[in-house]
Amino acid sequence: MNDPVALIAAMLVLAGGTFASRLAGPYLRSRITFPPRAEKLMEISTVVLLASLVATTALTEGHGPAGVARPVGVLAAGLLAWRKAPFLVVVLAAAAVTAVLRLLGIP
Amino acid sequence: MDRALLRDITLVGLAVGVIGLSYGAIAVASGFPLWFPVVLGLTVLAASSEFLFIGIVAAGGSPVAAVLAGLLVNARHLPFGLALPDVLGHGWRRLLGTHLMNDETVVFALAQEDPERKKAAYWACGLGILVCWPLGALTGGAIGTVIDDTDDLGLDAMFPAILLALIVPAFTDREKRRAGLAGAAVALAATPFLPAGLPVLLALTGLSLTAAREKDHP
Repeated sequence: MNDPVALIAAMLVLAGGTFASRLAGPYLRSRITFPPRAEKLMEISTVVLLASLVATTALTEGHGPAGVARPVGVLAAGLLAWRKAPFLVVVLAAAAVTAVLRLLGIP
Repeated sequence: MDRALLRDITLVGLAVGVIGLSYGAIAVASGFPLWFPVVLGLTVLAASSEFLFIGIVAAGGSPVAAVLAGLLVNARHLPFGLALPDVLGHGWRRLLGTHLMNDETVVFALAQEDPERKKAAYWACGLGILVCWPLGALTGGAIGTVIDDTDDLGLDAMFPAILLALIVPAFTDREKRRAGLAGAAVALAATPFLPAGLPVLLALTGLSLTAAREKDHP
């Protein structure tokens, strides 16, 4: 394990840098008036970021594929969400489908 | 805030707490003192970057590499913050509200219709995570791996499902759907080659589809 002082310093830099990245967006918003089209693009960018987070966390692990059970679980959740199932059902179905597949030996 | 929304947010808090158990247990098993994952969790409050940080240091990597990797993963908060509706409040509350910004709080705010509900959902989800995540880490670190492998419970499928459930309604908007799908494809294609965090940022090139469309139909 590394020197504790170096680890604490690393933690503080990560915490500070992360806070700065959270602060930057609202700060810019309060200083600059964006044209409506830019506002719309920023709104779309949130959906793009979240959709790509869904895709990467559902389908990949590290730099490779995530196996079968997790993608199938998330796919089941996607279908339920599309059919307007309640949030609780959607999320628990993802876990249940994935867990059952793994219980059956599917990775 | 109505009961249904509170129930949904409670589920997310519980899921975060259970993942926190495994995060704390992994950190302590890797040789970190118990307080470290708890304080890291409280001060950074962004799970994937903390897992990465702990993993890099535990594997013998330098703290500098761990910080850079964590910051890269957390850079998406900048575009999140640009699009976030006015939910942060004022004064000291604004600092706390800023700290609560993460995937779950942003997606819960996005999924609500009116500004009051957006704000309530953002704060309830954020405060829930602020409590559940470090508490999970503390418990997991103190008593070790309670659950052998959270993957056995399918918990790794819950987080993409949480985000997916809350963005599906936004997909009725044609522009958002096109850009979102294009971005997801870019991120997937880039994942084998780029360090964690970068594929998701690269997904923003999916916006060019909508920008190009704008030029076609001025």
